[in-house]
Amino acid sequence: MRRAVLQALLSHWRRHKLQGLSLFLGLAIATALWSGVQAINAQARASYDDAARVLGQNRLERLVPPPDAVISEQTYVVLRRGGWRVSPVLSGMWQGDVRVLGIDPSTLPMGSAPAQIGQGLPIQDFITPPGLGYAAPETIALLKDTPGLPPLTPVPDLAPGLVMVDIGIAQGLLGREGQISYLLVDPVQPLVQAPLGDLAPDLTRQAPDAGNDLARLTDSFHLNLTAFGFLSFAVGLFIVHGAIGLAFEQRRPLFRTLRALGVPLRDLITMLLAEIVLLTLVAAGAGMVLGYLIAAWLLPDVAATLSGLYGAAVSGELALRPQWWGAGFAMAFAGVALASGQSLWRLARLPVLAPAQPRAWLRASVRSLRWQGLVAILLALAGIGLAWRAEGLIAGFAMLAALLLAAALLLPVLLAALLALAERLGDRAMLRWFWADTRQQLPGLSLALMALLLALAANVGVTTMVSSFRQTFTGWLDQRLASELYVTAADEAQGAALRDWLAPRADAVLPIWDVTAQAAGRPVAVYGVADHATYRDHWPLLDATSDVWDRLAMGDALLVNEQLARRAGLSVGDPLSVAGLPAPLTIAGVYSDYGNPLGQVIVSVDTLVTHFPDVPKLRHGIRIAPDRADDLRRAMQDELGLSPDQITDQAAIKAFSLGVFEQTFAVTGALGVLTLGVAGFAILTAQLTLAAMRLPQLAPVWGVGVTRRHLAGLELLRAVLLTALTMIFALPVGLLLAWVLLKIVNVAAFGWELPMGLFPRDWLLLGGIALLAGGAAAAWPAWRLARLQPARLLGVFAHER
Amino acid sequence: MLLEVDQVAKSFGTDPAKVQVLQGVSLRLAAGETVALTGESGSGKSTLLHLCAGLDRPDQGQIRIDGADIGAQSDSGRAGMRRNAIGIVFQQFNLIPSLDVAANLAFQARMAGRLDAARIATLADRLGLADLLHRYPDQLSGGQQQRVAIGRALAGAPALILADEPTGNLDEATGAAVMDLMLDLVADAGAGLLMVTHSEKLAARMDRRLHLSSGRVA
Ligand SMILES: Nc1ncnc2c1ncn2[C@@H]1O[C@H](COP(=O)(O)OP(=O)(O)OP(=O)(O)O)[C@@H](O)[C@H]1O
Ligand SMILES: [Mg+2]
Repeated sequence: MRRAVLQALLSHWRRHKLQGLSLFLGLAIATALWSGVQAINAQARASYDDAARVLGQNRLERLVPPPDAVISEQTYVVLRRGGWRVSPVLSGMWQGDVRVLGIDPSTLPMGSAPAQIGQGLPIQDFITPPGLGYAAPETIALLKDTPGLPPLTPVPDLAPGLVMVDIGIAQGLLGREGQISYLLVDPVQPLVQAPLGDLAPDLTRQAPDAGNDLARLTDSFHLNLTAFGFLSFAVGLFIVHGAIGLAFEQRRPLFRTLRALGVPLRDLITMLLAEIVLLTLVAAGAGMVLGYLIAAWLLPDVAATLSGLYGAAVSGELALRPQWWGAGFAMAFAGVALASGQSLWRLARLPVLAPAQPRAWLRASVRSLRWQGLVAILLALAGIGLAWRAEGLIAGFAMLAALLLAAALLLPVLLAALLALAERLGDRAMLRWFWADTRQQLPGLSLALMALLLALAANVGVTTMVSSFRQTFTGWLDQRLASELYVTAADEAQGAALRDWLAPRADAVLPIWDVTAQAAGRPVAVYGVADHATYRDHWPLLDATSDVWDRLAMGDALLVNEQLARRAGLSVGDPLSVAGLPAPLTIAGVYSDYGNPLGQVIVSVDTLVTHFPDVPKLRHGIRIAPDRADDLRRAMQDELGLSPDQITDQAAIKAFSLGVFEQTFAVTGALGVLTLGVAGFAILTAQLTLAAMRLPQLAPVWGVGVTRRHLAGLELLRAVLLTALTMIFALPVGLLLAWVLLKIVNVAAFGWELPMGLFPRDWLLLGGIALLAGGAAAAWPAWRLARLQPARLLGVFAHER
Repeated sequence: MLLEVDQVAKSFGTDPAKVQVLQGVSLRLAAGETVALTGESGSGKSTLLHLCAGLDRPDQGQIRIDGADIGAQSDSGRAGMRRNAIGIVFQQFNLIPSLDVAANLAFQARMAGRLDAARIATLADRLGLADLLHRYPDQLSGGQQQRVAIGRALAGAPALILADEPTGNLDEATGAAVMDLMLDLVADAGAGLLMVTHSEKLAARMDRRLHLSSGRVA
């Protein structure tokens, strides 16, 4: 019996290849987008984990010296004698671009170095010159012709650009004999130990997460990506749901016949389940491969984005990870279970003698629409509630999910209402038929339209976010990079000579000098600025007292960037002590500082130089009439012997900064376009599937004298119309999405809020693309209708029962 | 006794709109016997046939096939009975749209595990389907589809054949020929036939004749 039944079930797909293909592709693409994003995330995460593990950064407490100081070996010995289980680390840049990390293998806490190094380390070779170095294979490939380094052994777990050696070797390499950057504190400490304050009063304990900004920022980037992957998966699910629903509905007569001929319900359901499982395995497998290709294609962008924006190095190579496969299949099965559960449930409850016509299903049920509307409103309320009460990334994304789902559910309700209204208003017979027929088709198309809505809203949201960011960012760059030229001296002597030489020639020379210090319990960069109109006119202040620049110049106030203000809960008028300054200064202003993960403080240049006499005085901004900038630049090169790369003009810096930013969103943009493509595909398959089921509706109209071409034209018009209505509805939804991203998610993730701009030109472009996609998706079914054999239409009359 | 129907009642819908279709119908059919079931449209003929096939349950009364009470069986039990003991020709032909004529003809016999290629070839021949074996149902005329449905019901050599107006879509000559075939096969196999028909002529060729009116057999 089984074989005969299975054959009958499968024969459906042989006769409806397109439907089978759409089901397969829908599932495959959904899995592909989801798993592709997951692959990128997993890869990038693994890279930071390695980096973090090597530094012990996230997990181990450290003892750190005051800013710009180092720890002496003497202090280390005192601490060890006092019962402190600490391990010295020296970290520094070697020849500019290789980070050398010196460790002490005998005291290193367990698990703070990659396992490959921990076990079987040839201690003797490691600590005696020239020593042994460990580095990631790609780092070794880069360094292979560089003299001066000890022989390198590949360890894949190490962060790119990092060489790990014994601390003694590192001190030699970096020319920092006897110096220690910080001490790692072993989590296991003896019960009795001398107080830290007695042994080493100038060291401070740094909690494990203090250096964690990088992880938090990159987390948010990944959360963004994951959100988009999820959105794409949701779009794919709508397709799968639609395709599976249609496949079940179309086969209802078959199911009924099979049962009438003696197939038990249980067997039928078992076989359908087997069919679904098989399909999911194959389609999800194909989707994983596709996802891998997408990931491999996007990964260089992601790696560039992360290193540009956050300084995190990600290796640009993709590794296939088992958990990634597992997660992909799990998602696919969850999605299919969700999509087919309803259909199977309905089948299980279907009496053998129930009417088998799939048409019954196509009829819009007013009651189910009402339910759908109610659920949508409840979801929207939940979303608003979340916006009102909750804070943080997860709440932001939960809110997004609630709002998007609510919007998707609401779409068919709104469309049905609109079409009913149009039907009542239309007076010509053909027109009324058109509206009524469109309304009848709505249930069959609504899943595809919901998918389109989500894709469009996501695109509106992302373009708004990116354009807002770009607008703000460019404006901010204009303000921050107000000087015409920027010049960096090679050393202090050249810096002093430069300032003397420039004084009579430039309109102003603005120092850009900074030191690292502690403020509000975290490391901050302290900049000193001159009292000059450049700042008064251009500096991007978010909030300030009216006399901010006067007070700053007098030396009794300071400015902080938005990140520091938000993280430390500071606002204008609050006092802030900066380690190294004798007394707390009042915050006179908060300025925006996009893209910078760290806290920043601005004081007057006099204050900086007085209290941090060692500040490197190398970088300077030069104000000069723009038409004289080129001459001055040449003069600096000729007369002062500066090399071209010591001088940058404003345009170059701006281009570089913008480039970094553009890359951040290149990935999200690519995903947005892919998602839109998937939604267009959903419409195509829905139209194709419906086309066959719609013959009984079209045949009578054709019978009374409407040509097939006319009918095809109407089909096309209908698709474009529905797409346009969906686009109109997607616009506010997308703007809402952008608002949540900019005002809630961005603040939670990055620590700054962005003003939101409106960009109607982007919308028009997107609307145009959507209409094209909708029209293109309907074009083929319409063409097939126009060329449909009259016999097929006549068949409807012959078989009408 | 092959089929026993005892005091069966069946209604559809709930109270204000309740339709009492059958009330206390009883009938008996022995192996090798052919019985015609007549009655005006809407009198409940199809309903009675569906009950006999175990596709629906009676409100009251009992239906036994070979002594086994259909009502007492589970869904799988009733399905097994339909598969192995009963051949049904529906008023609506209920062919499997994605299988061609040959596969449709063989379908029920395969399900019952009694596939007999020679028998199917003979059936196809006598039903005038030999040239249509590789067509699909939507490429057949109504009468052709009906003949496939008849062939499918007969192919598995069931003990009981339930047929709902099997010749309703056929012209008189074809209808008579199909009837000859059915009666031949029933006689050969010693099967029982309960057939709904509107045709006096066909009814006259059967062993017995039952008339359904006002929910009772007269
Ligand atoms: N599922 C159902 N729900 C409600 N009423 C039903 C249902 N099935 C049948 N009926 C009603 O039961 C009555 C008998 O129907 P049935 O199909 O048995 O008639 P019939 O004798 O076969 O008629 P015909 O000769 O036209 O085929 C009819 O009034 C019909 O409307
Ligand atoms: Mg009937």
